Formats: sequence, C-alpha cells, structure tokens
Amino acid sequence: MTKSLLEMNDLHVTFSTRRGLVEAVRGVTLSLGEGEMLGLVGESGSGKSVTGFAITRLLDAAGRVAAGNIRFRGQDITKISAGDFRHLHGAAMAMIFQNPRAALNPIRAVGDQIADAITAHKRMPRDEARAQALGLLRAVQIRDPEKRMAAYPHELSGGMCQRVMIAMAISCNPALLIADEPTTGLDVTTQKVVMDLLTGIAAERGMATILITHDLGLAARYCRRVVVMEQGRLVEEAEPLRLFRAPKHAYTKRLVAASPTASSRIEDLVPEEDRGREISVLAAPRPARAPGTPPLLEVQKIVKRFDQGAAAVADCSMTSSAGESVGLVGESGSGKSTTSRIICRLIDPSEGEIAFEGQSIGHIPARDFHRSPFRKDIQIVFQDPNDSLNPRFTAFDCIAHPLLRLSGMRPGDVLRQRVEECAQRVGLGLDLLTRFPHQLSGGQKARVGIARAIACRPRLLVLDEPTAALDVSVQAVVLQLLDRLRREDDLAFLFVSHDLNVVRMMCDRTIVLQSGRIVEQGESRAMFDNPKTAYTRELVDAVPHIEPELAAMAT
Amino acid sequence: MPAVGATLTRAGKRFLSSLPALFGVLVFTFLLMRVLPGDPAVFFASGPNAGKEEIEVIRKQMGLNKPVPEQLMLYLYDVGRGNLGRSMMTGQMVTKDLRERLPASLELTFTALLIALVTAVPLGVLAALRPGSIIDHGVRFFCALGVCVPTFVSGLLLIYVFYYLLGLAPDPTGRVDIFASLPPRQTGFLLIDFLLAGDVDGWWAAFRQLILPALTMALFVVAPLARITRASMLVSLGSDFVRTARSVGLPWWRIVVTYALRNAILPVITIAGIVFSTMLGANVLVEKVFSWPGVASYALDALLSSDYAPVQGFVLLMATVFVIVNLLVDILYGIADPRVTIG
Amino acid sequence: MTSATLRHAGWILRGNPLTAVAATGVVLLTLIAMFGPWIVPYDPIVSNVSQALMPPSAAHIAGTDQLGRDVFSRLIVAARLDLVIAISAVGISFAIGAVIGAICGYTGGKLDRGVGRFVDVVMAFPLFVLAMAMVAALGNRVENIVIATAIINLPFYIRFARAEVNVRRNVGWVEAARACGDSHLSVVLRFLLPNVLPAMAVQISLNLGWAILNAAGLSFIGLGVKPPTPEWGIMVAEGARFISTGKWWLVAFPGLALMLTVLCFNLLGDGVRDILDPRMRT
Repeated sequence: MTKSLLEMNDLHVTFSTRRGLVEAVRGVTLSLGEGEMLGLVGESGSGKSVTGFAITRLLDAAGRVAAGNIRFRGQDITKISAGDFRHLHGAAMAMIFQNPRAALNPIRAVGDQIADAITAHKRMPRDEARAQALGLLRAVQIRDPEKRMAAYPHELSGGMCQRVMIAMAISCNPALLIADEPTTGLDVTTQKVVMDLLTGIAAERGMATILITHDLGLAARYCRRVVVMEQGRLVEEAEPLRLFRAPKHAYTKRLVAASPTASSRIEDLVPEEDRGREISVLAAPRPARAPGTPPLLEVQKIVKRFDQGAAAVADCSMTSSAGESVGLVGESGSGKSTTSRIICRLIDPSEGEIAFEGQSIGHIPARDFHRSPFRKDIQIVFQDPNDSLNPRFTAFDCIAHPLLRLSGMRPGDVLRQRVEECAQRVGLGLDLLTRFPHQLSGGQKARVGIARAIACRPRLLVLDEPTAALDVSVQAVVLQLLDRLRREDDLAFLFVSHDLNVVRMMCDRTIVLQSGRIVEQGESRAMFDNPKTAYTRELVDAVPHIEPELAAMAT
Repeated sequence: MPAVGATLTRAGKRFLSSLPALFGVLVFTFLLMRVLPGDPAVFFASGPNAGKEEIEVIRKQMGLNKPVPEQLMLYLYDVGRGNLGRSMMTGQMVTKDLRERLPASLELTFTALLIALVTAVPLGVLAALRPGSIIDHGVRFFCALGVCVPTFVSGLLLIYVFYYLLGLAPDPTGRVDIFASLPPRQTGFLLIDFLLAGDVDGWWAAFRQLILPALTMALFVVAPLARITRASMLVSLGSDFVRTARSVGLPWWRIVVTYALRNAILPVITIAGIVFSTMLGANVLVEKVFSWPGVASYALDALLSSDYAPVQGFVLLMATVFVIVNLLVDILYGIADPRVTIG
Repeated sequence: MTSATLRHAGWILRGNPLTAVAATGVVLLTLIAMFGPWIVPYDPIVSNVSQALMPPSAAHIAGTDQLGRDVFSRLIVAARLDLVIAISAVGISFAIGAVIGAICGYTGGKLDRGVGRFVDVVMAFPLFVLAMAMVAALGNRVENIVIATAIINLPFYIRFARAEVNVRRNVGWVEAARACGDSHLSVVLRFLLPNVLPAMAVQISLNLGWAILNAAGLSFIGLGVKPPTPEWGIMVAEGARFISTGKWWLVAFPGLALMLTVLCFNLLGDGVRDILDPRMRT
C-alpha cells in the first residue's frame, strides 16, 4: 500500500439538536493512501456524509468532532485553527457536492467562481486566474469553454454544473478529493459521463478520492476499496469483488441483497433469514382470459402539449391486460410522469384516446373524473412519500379517505376494520395509524401511500417512481410488498421508473420513452439483454452493472 | 454588462404591464370625484350664494350633464393634457401646486430611505453573522418594537426630546426657518439648491429641519428592512454555494461580501420597493406632524376642506411615482440578478 | 386531537414565554375592551376645565388633557373601538381574500390573471393614501374606516393565499386527494386551505397590528372618528398641539397603548405559527 495520506482514528461526531446531543459518527477508524480511490457506502443516516464533512471541517454549526482525530499528512487537522484550515481548503483537500446547481453561486459567472478558487491560494493577476480557469473548463471537457466562462449556473445543465464544480475542486491540485453523492439526481447517462471524468482526472493528477454514495454498484464500479457504514459505525471494509461475493457483516449482506442488479429477482432482495411473512403468496396461476375480452387499458396516440413549447408526450400508444405489470422508463423530461398522470386521469391529454376495459375514459375531463365509476379502479402511488401525505391527516385518515369518497363507506367500525385490514396488508403496524406523516419514517410513509392506493381494490395501479426517494433496503421491502399485492389482487401495474434494474425485476413488459416518444418496447428481460435501439443500449450501458465488472476484475 | 439590453426589455415590458394598473387608478380617481359628497359644480361657482342658473351653466361647462362614460373620456383627455383641475384652496392649477410641493416630499422620503438602508442593512448583516448573539437579540428586539410604534407618535416624541427637552432641533415646522432666505429654485430639493448656491449656513439649517422628520420616517421602515436583510443573509450563509466557497478556501470577507451578501441583497431590493410605497403613505402623517409643505399635507388639507381636485391629483401622482419606483427596482434587480433576464 | 393540540400549545407556551406574555396581553386587552366603560375611574367624555393639562399624578395616573379629562380613563374606553375596527376589518378581508386567493392559486389561468390585475391596481396605491381617499369618498364614518382598512388588507390576503396554495397545488397529497375522488373545489377547501391556515394565522395576527396602526393613523389626520369619542389616534392628534410645550403624557400614553397592543399581536402571530404547524409537534 502507498504512503498514507489521511488517517482517522476513532472519530466521533455529535450534533446538538432540540432533543440533546445526537451522535452521528460513532468511532470511525479509516486510512487512505496517496492517490487511492475509496468508496464510502451507506444509507441515509449512516453518517457517511458527516464523516466527509468532518474531514473537510464543513459541518453545520451544530455539529462538532467530539472525540478521535483526523491526521492529514501526519498532522491532526481537528486541532488546527480555522485560519490555518482555510489554507488547506481547496489547496490540499476539496469537495464535490450533491446537487451541483445549488452548490454554485447563482449570480456569479462560473469562470469567475473558478478564478476565485484559484486566487484564494495563489496571488496572481485576475487575467491569469481567468486563463487558468479556462484551462480547467477544458480539462473537465466542457464544450465551448470560452463561451461558458461567462455563463451562470442556471444556464447550464446539472451535469455541466457538476463539471464546473469539479473544475473548482481541482483548481489548486488538492491531494484529497471528497465527492459527496456527486451524481445523485443526475440522469443515468450523465451520471456515467461525470463519474468517468471524475475518476479519470483523479487518476491523472494522482489525487486520492473518497466517493461517498448510497449506491453500492457505483462504488463497486469505480473504487478499489469499499467501506460500508451503518448508523455511524464502520461495519465492513473490503474489495468490491469480495464484498459482493461474500459479505461478512449482517448489514452488508442485507445491503448487497437489496441492491438490484441485472440478474436479481424480487425474492432475492431480502436475505432468507430476514424474510418474514412477506413472500408467502406465490404466483397463483393466472386464469386464462376469455378470448375477445378487451385489454384492461388501451391507450391510443395520446399527445400532451403544455402552454408553450414542444409536446411533452407525443403519439404514445400502449396496452395492458389485467394483472400485467408494464414498466415505463426514461430519463428526466422523457414524459413518463406526464403519461402516467394522463392515464391516471389526473390531467387531460391534448389528443388521443384512453379506454379502460373497452370503455372510453379519455373523453371524461380530468375535472369530472372523480365522479366516474372508474375512479376507484385506477389508483396511483406517488414518488416522494414525504409530500404525498396530507400533513394534517393521520395515517388512518389517509387510508380512510378513498374509502369514504369512493366506496361510500361511513365512519364507524366497518371503516375502521377495513382500514386496519389495509394497514395489515401493507405491513403497517396498527399502532402507527394514529400518527401524523411527520412522525413516520420514509418506509412507513410509503406503506401508508400504498395502503391508500389499494384500499378501494383498484384494477390498475400507477406507480410513479414509488421507491426513488427510499433507501435501498427499504426499497427492497417495498418492492416485494408491491409484487405480493399485485399477485394477491391480480392488479395491473404501470410502473414508472428511471431505474432499469428495478423495472427489469418488477415488470413483464417495458416501454422506453425519450422526449415524449416511445423508442422501444418489449418483454423486459429480453429487451434489456438485447436492446434494439441505440438509446436503450445507452441507458442499459450506463447502469453500473456489477457482475461483468467483477468478472473482469476476477480474471 | 451584456445583460443591459435584456434588463431594459424587461423593464419596458414591466412598464407596459403596469399601464393597466395606472389606468385603473385613473378610473378610480374619476369615480372618487363622482362619488364624493357634494356637487363639484357648486364648488366652482362664484360662491356659496351662487344661483341655480349659474350652477347649471357651470355643470354644462364641466360636462357634468353628459353620460358618465363620456365624462370619463373627457376626464382622461384632460389628464392626458396634464390638466388636473383647479384647487379651491389655493386657487391655482393642481399641477402647479403639486409641482411646487413634490420636491419637498421626495427630499424627505429619499433621505429617510437612505437613512433606513444604511442603518438596516449593516444591522441585519451583523445579526445574521452572529445568530443568537447579543447583537442579534438587540436587532430583533429593535425590529419587533420598530414596527409597533406609529409614525405620528414617534415623530411627536422625537420633537419632545430633541426640541423641547434638549433644544437640539429647530422649531419643527416647515423646511426652513421662516426668517431664512430660500436659495434660487433649481431642483426644488433644498439640500441640493443650497449647495448649488454655495450657501453652507442655509444648507445646515435646511438639514437640521429635515433630520427629525426623516428620522421619524426612517424609524418606521428600518425594522422591516433589517428583518429581511437578516433573514435572507441567514439563508445565504447557510446555502450550498457558501459551503462551496468555504470548501475551496476563499477568504472570509470574500465569502461574506461577494458570495453571501450579494445574494442576500436581492430580496432587500424587492422589499425596498414596497417600503418606499408605505413611506409615500406615511408621508401624510409625517408631513402633518412636522407641518412639512409637501404634496401629502397639501392633499390632506384639501381633503379636509372638501377640495377634491388636489386629492385626485395627489392620488394619481402617488401611483405614478410608485410605478416609476417599481421600474427602478426592477432594473436594479435585473442588474443584480442574472437569472431574471431569462424568459 | 383537540387535547393533543392543547397539550402542544401548552408545550409551546412553556418553551416560549414571550408568546405566553403576548397571549396574556391579548386576553387582557379583550377584557378591557369588553368591560372598559365600567372599570374606569373617571368619565371619559365630561370635561373638567379646572383640572386641564395636569401631568401624571396619583389622582390621574396618566394626567389630564386640555379639557381636564382623565387620560387613563379615555385610554381604557378607547380600547373597544380600536379593537373592533381592527378585528372586523381583518376578519372581512381574511374571509374574502383567503378564498379568492386559494381559488386563484389553484386554478391559475384567466381568473388568476384577472384577479392578479385587480390586486396590482389596488397595490399601485400607497395603501394609506388609498384608505384615506376611500374614507373621504364613502363618508367620514367609523364603518367606512373598517371597509377601507378591509380593502387595503385584501390584496395581501389574496396574494398570500394564492402563493401558498400555488406552491402546493402539484404536491403529491393534492394529486392523491384527486385520485381518492375529491373534486377540485373540495381539494381547495378541505385540503389546501387548512394547510395554508397556519401561515395565514400569522398573517392575521400581524395584520391586526397593522390595521390598528392604520385606523389610528386615519383618525389622527381627522378622518373617521370624531371628538370627543375617545380613540388612541385622535388622542395623539389632540395631544400633538401641546408637545412643543412639553405636555408629553398626552402623546406618550396613547402611543404606548398603541405600541403595546400591536406588539402583543405581532408576538402572538409568531407564537401561533409554532402552535399550528403540525411539523413542530412531536
């Protein structure tokens, strides 16, 4: 191993909150060699980002290093003064942040921001700093760098902003680069480009890098060594290959199992010893449909134009039969959310026809659809569990709401029984029913949202990125739950997602959308294994597939 | 600045979109004239004893016998030609009266705004830099109190302290001492006119007259300005881009000034426009307390003696000033924030 | 639910003594407004010229005015008028403004633009001047002060409700309510408005203070309330003539009454937000 650049010894970080001191990092010991690339993986609340911010001393005012030390080139940097630390910032260690657009000053040209970073450590005329900034923009492969020097962050895409951020971070050639979820929120294709660039530059300039991420696959793809954190502790440290093949710690096992890969199956997401009742129902043989029955859902040539500009959805047609699970994938701006809301009859299409069980429902304005008898047949589960529950409703009220509105039930024992039954079906403890959304965890909120959607026994469930905001271990459980509910109720799914691995697992058929148009559709596994169009291939390639990489590494 | 063109376009659009509002003001003032108690023709007649015929003649002359829409058109035509009618009190054209008195009001308002801004912004920044400190609590306490004291009370109390008790301030009536000689009128702003005339004593006298009313008005608006400065500075200091600036090792002053403050000042600019509008309203009270010969006290006197043409003119003038100030705010904002020039 | 709310309110009040003080102040003020005329030591209207312009003393704790009336008694009796004006004006503009604003914010489109124009027109005036002009136009009476104050408050409520509803109209739980079978109207009235209320409550409390200042300002310049009716603004106006000769109590005490009242409402506003925001509840 190369000479050690950074050493952490029994690091503890605490935050003072309204409820007293909270320990976010509880004794992390870790070392990093010069030029090494380390992956720091964990779910939310694992303390991975806090560790990164503790190293660079960028913790919130409420947080502080309570015990332990951090040695950077042999010097304990938890002890040095703020003034001295400023000379390390940027010059010796730099950070790359999540949400690049917010991380840049919105009212200063990006060229000036990079030049600021340079002149913070080197005295030089402004012109020279700007010339160096231009060079850095070239290094991060921004097209047309001369023009971009004067651009403001809002004029650049998220991926471009992240490149600018990388340019700032490397401007003074720091020895250590800490990238905190650098590609979260970026499209999968952009994610690959940015990560390739980042690792390329780090290797070229010999910068040690810590990649902080929730995505085990991403860390495995780019790092030689991966460290897994859980609840402020370091639970396992290994090479990616070993970590995937033979995880030792129970938590790592769960995490590895829960991370969907190209070959995972729903049943595998939760390790056997953790499985409860969840998977008890096996696929009941689907009753053969009588020939001539109309498909459950038939969408013909729908188009959606918003006030101005190009159509968000153009000429989209699809069908779905009862009990079938159809995936809808695409990057941001592909129109997948709009399409799902049109089908759910929350918004009106500009053109086209929608039929449900052979009856046209496209002509009923979304404004009046709440009175349609089909309202309870088509339900939806929303993306962000945090904002999909009315903050003034308890979990009970949320689940009871559609029953009162659509099933004509009245408050009383019958309703209570029905709500409790729904809660049980989604594995929500009955004691949680009296809680308000802010008193529930993300996974619990997701369960409430699902319980509400299935309360009226719909026929078609639209799922709009139902697990995008959840940690992978929670996602695994929720996906299993959804799959079980589908089989139990012979429910059809329209599963909207950007995560190809999830869609591959969950859906019989998949439709790929790009800029509002369908580019390809077919049976999920076959299509992803052998994409017919360039765009689908690009999407598939961009997903961090672990197995081929691991195989390559092993040989 | 490459964005100047875009900013001007935006300001132009904004101006066009404020025209309907100005038109609404016109219609409102017209209705005001019609709804107000009393027959305007009676006022314009020779005197309270004017005969019925005479009033009828005047009604015809003024077009009051015509249908209301036509009267509105006539009124708009008059306003378009700059004719706002004649004041009963002064016997002069309202436009002339307003033109004479407007500089006094503007001088007072602008001075007050200047005082308020140079006090409020540093206070807000200081408070935000040390949240929870004594300065912070002091500023917040001051803000809480500042919005609670009515202008007319603080003005009177200032008079009591600085004129009656301490004798520091001159007699609180008017813009200059009645015995002092006025400088030749050039801008109408006494502070500027005295300077142009090279009269230092006169300038000092005018300044002493101005300072109490200006302080009164400033006190009223320091609180909202300081509060918004503090709040937006806190947001700015806690933002991701300030953390980025720290992560690359920028010097402290650069982080505070170039990164945090320049972003934090944007909402302050917007609020300053609103504050200016409230100051135009507060003018009525302050001018009354200090017998300040501005447009507001003129309009108030007219209102209380049922002389409505000046009131109409005053309301129109205020709306126009407000629209202009909003345009200025827009242009300033456009220069300060590159994002708004898009779209 | 209600007991939980009460418990939460108690918790907030303990943690925030200022709010408790402000709430006590408002309760006290309300009691004074209700029972003021029966508890005052002197008649607030009848003059007693032999006692004119007496500084504060044991007999007259806030002194007497130019007609020898007890300033303290007048202050107490005036509370009712000032509060009634402010509360009714704010009540009217809240009820109308919140509904209009919420509907505009939710539907958008032509209605929103039209109402937006109206709001722009109203706000193109310096609002105090507008109130002045309206009282003059409608007639110099107390009811018209209420109407004028309500109208100048209206645009704020419309804008506020509009903005608050607008940011929430595409939020998940609103779409979920639609999927659960609620009509647009029901979503606005049963979902959005209750969620906007905490923020509005703060606005109401702050506006009450502002409305009191406005009404006092109007009567200070001689509109609305007529002497000898005791009202804080008019008392200041009457005292203004004597300030240059050092009769400070005529101005200071009504000023203090105004200040404390507005302060109580403002502090209460901040406290109310904490109580009504369920995210603060744990």
